[in-house]
This record gives sequence, structure tokens and C-alpha cells, in this order.
Amino acid sequence: MLEIQNLHASVEGNDILQGINLTVNPGEVHAIMGPNGSGKSTLAQVLSGNDAYEVTEGSATFLGVDLLELPAEERARLGMFMAFQYPVEIPGISNAYFLQAALNEIRKSHDLEELDSLEFRGLLQEKMDLVAIDRAFADRPVNQGFSGGEKKRNEVLQLAVLEPRLAILDESDSGLDIDALRIVADGVNKMRNKERGFIVVTHYQRLLNHIVPDVVHVLYKGRIVKTGGKELALELEKKGYDWVKEELATA
Amino acid sequence: MTETAAASEKQSYLAAIEQLKSEESPDWLRALRDAGAAKFAQLNFPTRKDEDWRFTNVAPLVRSNFEAISAPTADVDAAAVKEFSITDASWGELVFVDGFFSPELSRIPEQAGLTVQSLRTAIANGDASLQQHLGKGLNGSATIFGAMNAALAQDGAFIHVEKNAAIESSIHLLYVSTGSAAVATNVRNVIALGVHAEVTVVEDYVALNGGQPYFNNVVTEVFLAEGAQLRRVKIADENADAFHLATMRVHQDRSSGFHSQSFLLNGKIVRNQLDIVLDGEGAECNCTGLYLTDGDKLADNLVSVDHAKPNCQSWLGYKGVLDDASRAVFSGQVMVRRDSQQTNSDQLNQNLLLSDKATIDTKPLLEIFADDVKCTHGATIGQHPKEIIFYFRSRGMSEAMARGMLTYGFADERVSEVTLKPVRDRLEKHVFKRYSPIQD
Ligand SMILES: Nc1ncnc2c1ncn2[C@@H]1O[C@H](COP(=O)(O)OP(=O)(O)OP(=O)(O)O)[C@@H](O)[C@H]1O
Ligand SMILES: [Mg+2]
Repeated sequence: MLEIQNLHASVEGNDILQGINLTVNPGEVHAIMGPNGSGKSTLAQVLSGNDAYEVTEGSATFLGVDLLELPAEERARLGMFMAFQYPVEIPGISNAYFLQAALNEIRKSHDLEELDSLEFRGLLQEKMDLVAIDRAFADRPVNQGFSGGEKKRNEVLQLAVLEPRLAILDESDSGLDIDALRIVADGVNKMRNKERGFIVVTHYQRLLNHIVPDVVHVLYKGRIVKTGGKELALELEKKGYDWVKEELATA
Repeated sequence: MTETAAASEKQSYLAAIEQLKSEESPDWLRALRDAGAAKFAQLNFPTRKDEDWRFTNVAPLVRSNFEAISAPTADVDAAAVKEFSITDASWGELVFVDGFFSPELSRIPEQAGLTVQSLRTAIANGDASLQQHLGKGLNGSATIFGAMNAALAQDGAFIHVEKNAAIESSIHLLYVSTGSAAVATNVRNVIALGVHAEVTVVEDYVALNGGQPYFNNVVTEVFLAEGAQLRRVKIADENADAFHLATMRVHQDRSSGFHSQSFLLNGKIVRNQLDIVLDGEGAECNCTGLYLTDGDKLADNLVSVDHAKPNCQSWLGYKGVLDDASRAVFSGQVMVRRDSQQTNSDQLNQNLLLSDKATIDTKPLLEIFADDVKCTHGATIGQHPKEIIFYFRSRGMSEAMARGMLTYGFADERVSEVTLKPVRDRLEKHVFKRYSPIQD
């Protein structure tokens, strides 16, 4: 469903992504790990269409469409979703209002009926229960005054409501306590199906105990330098990244 | 300007003053009116050369020669004001039609320690507290419009809360302009709170659909004795051709609190002036506002706070959304006197300009003569942050929709701070209808 070839991208004149190749098939969960600053969030941002990042080379197709030609909102309508590493706060706009508008924009683009406030409320509450978010959050401004963990859960709530085809989770586990981690992972697992792909960016094996990946990649200095099965994550957890770097140097 | 031009601009008002002089009135009131009349005759209408009117040109108002009236210009029944009326029985409601009290439409709240009357009734009753307070608001701020009001005001609201009385019911003062004739109304309100008294008052200026321009010239005098707390919401939702000039003068004694939230929603020129004197240690005023303009309208907020005593606090937080070729003015004038140590004064004026043709003039004026004070001011003329726009787009919404929703959110944030439910509901409906890109 997603095919990335030789993707290069820069931000403010710095080349960050230096030739990414990655294929995600429907139903697969790919984990991306890698040291700080290696370009994981940059990849996520580029795929979701943040035009602060400039693609300088390469291609990416999503569901057969040239992804890089599409503005961010059309990518989202097509089924791309990113849970932000650092979700922004939106003063004055309630979660419910925000998400209802988002869902209806996506539904409209697929010629589906829009949901009215009442119908949406029902759906939202169901999804809030799914990710164990207090229903009072529906009427609070998006992310404003939320704790770090609450923000992450709110991203997963959006994921559950918008039901994308491909979900990129950028460190949705960082800052979560053990219970919250389990809730978030359970929420994601419930959404796994044959049609939907996931890219899970994380530093920690503990998330991957819950969301068991099909493929694990190591991203380093803007390239995917190693790819393996779920046991690769365990190895990284045990040994850190130095051996990967050494392998690279000797190769 | 020639003498004769100046005279002709005042003519209709001078005629009304003469007319009122011939009517029966108690001596103390006559003296006040005469003083107002003399001042009115002596002063000129402000021009843009006057500092306080630099950005607000009242020439169209002056040219209009509105007729100052002594009675409403049209009959209004309960059905006509229903959409503005607060039905919650715990509220008191005084309805004024073209500036004159309508007993049939009103519901006077009854509670120990509370006096609520129309100004006219209070004058007729020779209310001692009214006599003690009327016209005793701040000195030195007598403008020509204030003088006109002193000379011509016949009605308004009089609210007196006795010492230690905490009034549970909120009071809705509903000023309905019929728009059925080009008239000037001079409303005078007096709100006096005794020591540790508390009350909540909503001043609500609305228009029926008569369609004529009109001029509301409002003066409200507020007296807060030691420890008294006044919560006040003001709404100016006039018709699109109307002029609304309102001055509220607030005198605060030791440890008193004045909490004001104002919403300027409509009117050709709306001037919302607050003159506050913090005249006792520990007094505090919190003044927030939201002004929404479009077309070629103008909203002007002038707030002056005189920190006359030490240890007082003031907060001015005003937000505006300006569309089309509309204009807005915010000026926060804070004076900290020499002995007013430990003063704490902050102001922030935030604006969203939805069109290239809209203009905002924002000017803090801080005069600080004490040395141990904390005073801040800030102003923003906003763009919605890029990261926030991207967040919306990453969820499937267009940039235009994101901007619309953010504008709605920007305005609604101030509305959501109103704790009085019927008032908040009405304001919420207004900003939703006006700005939300989704309507359902
Ligand atoms: N807007 C930006 N302006 C300048 N440099 C940026 C910007 N965004 C990212 N970078 C730089 O790009 C590099 C990659 O950053 P990125 O956020 O993609 O790393 P990451 O792999 O997600 O790291 P982490 O694990 O810490 O989240 C870093 O060196 C970072 O400083
Ligand atoms: Mg990152």
C-alpha cells in the first residue's frame, strides 16, 4: 500500500533523509527504531505532507497514488494518518468539534453521509471508551493542558475515530505509564486488520511486546540500515545501536 | 469649525435640553442637569485631534443630528423581546425600550438588601442612596457625551446592594432599541454596592429590526465600597447603522473587586469606555473583552485604570476579530501613582485580522510614578501558527477550514469564560453562527 523509493528530504537546508526505501503491505505492522535525530519524525512528517520539509529526490506512492503530489489534507482523506510525536495544543477548539469536522471532511471525500453532532457524539464516546479516555475530554480544547500521556492517548483516539488505511505512530508510547501503554497498545491492536497498515516509531521494546511487529527497521543518519523480524528489536534493546553502527563502518 | 456649524450640530440636543428644563424635577437633579447642560454648551464634539479620539472619527454621528427623545418611539411587546429575554426565574430583568423603562416587560428581583429600580422611579421616590451617588462618579472625565448624558438622561437602572448582602439572583438589564426612528437615547445607570456586598449585572444592548440608525449614549456609574464585588457582563449587539458610546466609571474602595467581560458584536461605531479608579488598598479589577467587527464598522475599547493606592491589581485582556474594511481600537491607559507601590498591572490585546483591509490601532499607555511595581503589556496581531494549520490538514481539513475553525475558537475562548449560562449560550450561538465553518 505504501512504496517509498530512494526518498531524500531536507529541512531548512539540512539534508535529513538520505535515500529511504520502504514497502508496507496491507495488514503489516512495521516498527522503525533508531537513535535520536536519525530522521524518524522527519519521515513521518514528510509522508503526511508537512511542507516545512522539502522532498529533494525519490518517490512515494500510497494506494497507487503519487503521494508527494498531494496536499496534506488529501493524503489524510485518502487514508494516511500520523499520530504526532509532539501534538500541538489548539486553544478554543474542543476535541469533539475538531474531530467531527475532520471525520466529516474525510467522509465527504468518499461520498459518505456526514454525521450530525448527535451521531458523532455516540461514535466519539464509543471510541473514547476504547482508548479509556474520560468522556469529559470531548469538550476540552484539543490537547490544551493535557499531560504528555494524555496527548498521546488523544492522538490514538483520533486514530480510532478516523480509521485510516495507514497509521504512523510517532513515539506514541513515550511518556506513557505502564497502564496507559497497555491501553494504547490494546487500542491499536483492536484496529489491526487485513486492510490496515501501521508504521510504529519507537525507542522501546516494551511497546513491541504489545504491538507485535511483522518487520523491524533501523533508521540511522537518514537511511534504513537494517531490517529484520521482531527479534531485531529485542537485540537492539539488549545491545543498543553501537553494533549496528560498527557493522555499517566495516561494511 | 465655525461657531454656527458647531451650534447646528448641537441644535437638536440643545432643544431637548430646553424642553427638559421646563419639566418638573427635584432641585438636586436640576442642578446636575444644569451643570451638564452648561458643559455641553461649552464643549465641542471631539475630532481626531483629540488624543482619546485619534482613531475614532465621530463625525458621522455628529452629522446625523439624532433627535433626543423623552419616550419610546414604538410599542414593544413581550414577543418582540423574547429572543433576548432571560426566562430563568432566578434572574431579575429590567427591560428598557429606546432607553425608557418598561415595567410590563420587566421582572424586578426581590431580595433582602437589594434595591432595583428604574432611575425614573428612584428619582420620583427621592431615593437617598441615588441622590448620594448620581453624578458623583469620577471627576475629570467629563466629555461632551458625558455632559450630554448628564443634561438629558431621564431613565436607566438604579441598583443598590446593602452592606454584606450577597445577591444570588443575577440582574439582566436589557436595552432594546426599536430602530423605528433616528433618535438619541441618554441612559444613565447607577450601581452602588455597600461594604462586602456582591451582585452580578448584565448590561445587554440589542436592536429590533426597525432598521433606522440611532445613537445610544450611555453612562454608568459604579461605586464599590470596601470588599464589594461586582461581576458584570456587557453586550453591545446594536443594529449595523447604530452608534453606541458608553462610559462606565468605576470607583473602587479597599479590597473591592470589579470583574467585567464585554462583548462588542455589532454597531456602526461602538465605543466602550471603562474608567476605573482603584482607590483603596487591595482593590482589583479584571476586565476582559471580545470585539467582532466587519463591513466598515468600528469597535473602540478604551480602558483607563488609575492605581491610586498601593497593592492593587488590574488585568486587561481584550481580543478582537476584524473582517472586511472594519476597524478596531484598543487603548489601555494605566496610571500608577507615586505612592502606589506593589502595583500589579497586566494587559494583553490580541487581534485576528481576517482581511487585508481591516485595521487595528492598539496602544498601551503606561504612566508609572512608583518604583516597586510590576506592569506588563502586550499586543498581538495574529496569524494562525503554521504548525497548528498543519495539524488540521493532517486530519483531512483544508487550510481555509482550519483558519475558520481557529477564528471561531479564538472568539469562543472568551465566550467560554462567561459563567452565566443563558448569557454564555447566547454568545456562543452568535460566534458559532458568525465564524464556524461547520454549522449544525
Ligand atoms: N524544523 C527543523 N528545523 C531544523 N532541523 C530540523 C527540523 N526538524 C528536524 N530537524 C533535524 O533533523 C534531524 C532529524 O530529526 P527527527 O526529528 O526526524 O529525528 P528523530 O529520529 O525523530 O529523533 P527522536 O528520536 O529524538 O525523535 C535532527 O538533527 C533534527 O535536529
Ligand atoms: Mg522523532
